[in-house]
Amino acid sequence: MLSFVAQRVLKGVIVLLAIVVLNFFLIRLAPGDPAVVMAGEAGASDQVFVNQLREKFGLDKPLPEQLFIYVTGIATLDLGFSFRQQAPVAKLIAERLPATLLLTLTAFAISLALGVLFGTFAARFAGTFLDTGITIFALIFYAMPIFWVALMGILLFSVTVDWLPSFGYETVGANLAGLAHAADVARHLIMPAVTLGLFFMATYTRMTRASMLEVKRLDFVKTARAKGLSDAVIQRRHVLRNALLPVVTLAGVHAGTLIGGAVITETVFAWPGIGRLMYDALLQRDYNLLLGVFVTCSVMVLIFNLVTDLVYRLVDPRIEFAA
Amino acid sequence: MKQFCTSMLKSPSGVIGLIILLLAISVAVFGPLLFPNSPWRMVQRPFLPPFTLSTVPLGTDALGRDVFAGMIFGARVSLLVGLVSTLAALVVGVPIGAMAGYFGGKVDDALMRFTEFFQTIPSFALAIVLVAILQPSIYSIVASIAVVSWPPVARLVRGEVLSLRTREYVQAAVVTGQSNSWIILREILPNALSPVIVLASLMVATAILLESSLSFLGLGDPNLISWGYMVGAGRTVIRQAWWITVFPGVAILICVLGLNLIGEGLNDALNPRLSREGR
Repeated sequence: MLSFVAQRVLKGVIVLLAIVVLNFFLIRLAPGDPAVVMAGEAGASDQVFVNQLREKFGLDKPLPEQLFIYVTGIATLDLGFSFRQQAPVAKLIAERLPATLLLTLTAFAISLALGVLFGTFAARFAGTFLDTGITIFALIFYAMPIFWVALMGILLFSVTVDWLPSFGYETVGANLAGLAHAADVARHLIMPAVTLGLFFMATYTRMTRASMLEVKRLDFVKTARAKGLSDAVIQRRHVLRNALLPVVTLAGVHAGTLIGGAVITETVFAWPGIGRLMYDALLQRDYNLLLGVFVTCSVMVLIFNLVTDLVYRLVDPRIEFAA
Repeated sequence: MKQFCTSMLKSPSGVIGLIILLLAISVAVFGPLLFPNSPWRMVQRPFLPPFTLSTVPLGTDALGRDVFAGMIFGARVSLLVGLVSTLAALVVGVPIGAMAGYFGGKVDDALMRFTEFFQTIPSFALAIVLVAILQPSIYSIVASIAVVSWPPVARLVRGEVLSLRTREYVQAAVVTGQSNSWIILREILPNALSPVIVLASLMVATAILLESSLSFLGLGDPNLISWGYMVGAGRTVIRQAWWITVFPGVAILICVLGLNLIGEGLNDALNPRLSREGR
């Protein structure tokens, strides 16, 4: 178990290093002088400032040395400075990260719980109206762009019936504390989290359904039935547990998509997370901040993948940690 | 092939999907000819509600531009970006997967690590960064969508090639001294094609969603109107004018749904064993 975790962490670090190197070259893909690009439009006209930057980042040195400076910078959590926001990139990201984690994890929990539930129902009643209904809904949610779902949600629940707030993390100026504050945040969280979760719910529904139907036909299920186990036990202990494996794999694969969806959802709902920060960076062409958020997103995906790998091992009855 | 077509036509989802796709393609090809209103020109007063004037059936946006014209012209961008970026992803993914599966060993290891690396990077975030750095244009959008969507192709092709490589007819080709490239191109790839086609149809749908999301964030080609751009532009006035955001979104939904249904239909036609059980 420990060596498995160590191995995965090592692999993650190597991938992260590769991403950092990719990042280094990405900023050099931008048209023009990297120093000017880093300074952003605001400081670009000031030649002294640009020269200062060139010196600070060693842009007058040979490329391998520049790369070394860049990598060591990131290793010490120095993601550079956002001249637009007048703050270190790492600080800006650290401030926004909790909101993003709250949003993505809630959305993930909603999508997984509902997806597995609906998928199980659809597979259990395959061929009936219930199955057809669930399948059609899943197909439709799967085809809707997230930003549009978000806007339709606002149109319905904020504009038409005014049940839910359409933007922000909390009621501005309410100065709530304790439970009242938590309830206020939860109210603001409902729409963004459900919006983000719907697409993934559709994916998990389809995956769970297909996978359960596939597992149902396998020999060990027949054996279980021949043993005289009740249908409920077979469904839960034999079919669902095995059918969940591809769902777990899919959850790992989708970690990146979840983060990407968060960029859109946070933008629409003005949710103060790193996705919204990325959008702001984009609008202002603040490349330092943009790439900083990008690296952070990659790290989040790596951690999420590590966790799904571990969960897969726990769920899969065939894998023992002894190996 | 004939058998494949009949089984494709037997699957209801495949037929519905095909009808939707054909409709979308004809709108994209012929629409602008039949409906010459430029989507950028002001044709009426701003915020004209839909269904009030027959010349502007879906109303106008905040600048008095025709929403219906925008949707017709937007179909071109969405379909074009979807198809071209998928083709580009296939051009990258198929050779990588084929080489990894065929040669195995170190080549396989290296190529698969490379593929996994690209699969780990959050795709939409990478697409945003790429388009922002390369400057938004139809080329940078297609390129960045292709960059983020080839890894699944490579993995799929690798798996197929891996299992086909040990077949007797391939062994026979090896024994008769055919070159590696001949064996891959003539013996293996044609037989690995059907799952790739299914994946490709789903990739076009994903590419359309990606393009619309990029345009929504303001990273679309500034010279081309697209559905995502329209929704993004209508976002700020959603309280006064719902139609500007609703209609282009419906267009995206229908188009993506159609392509997904085609994917399902193809899957049913190519994997009859699985689909029978499911129904």
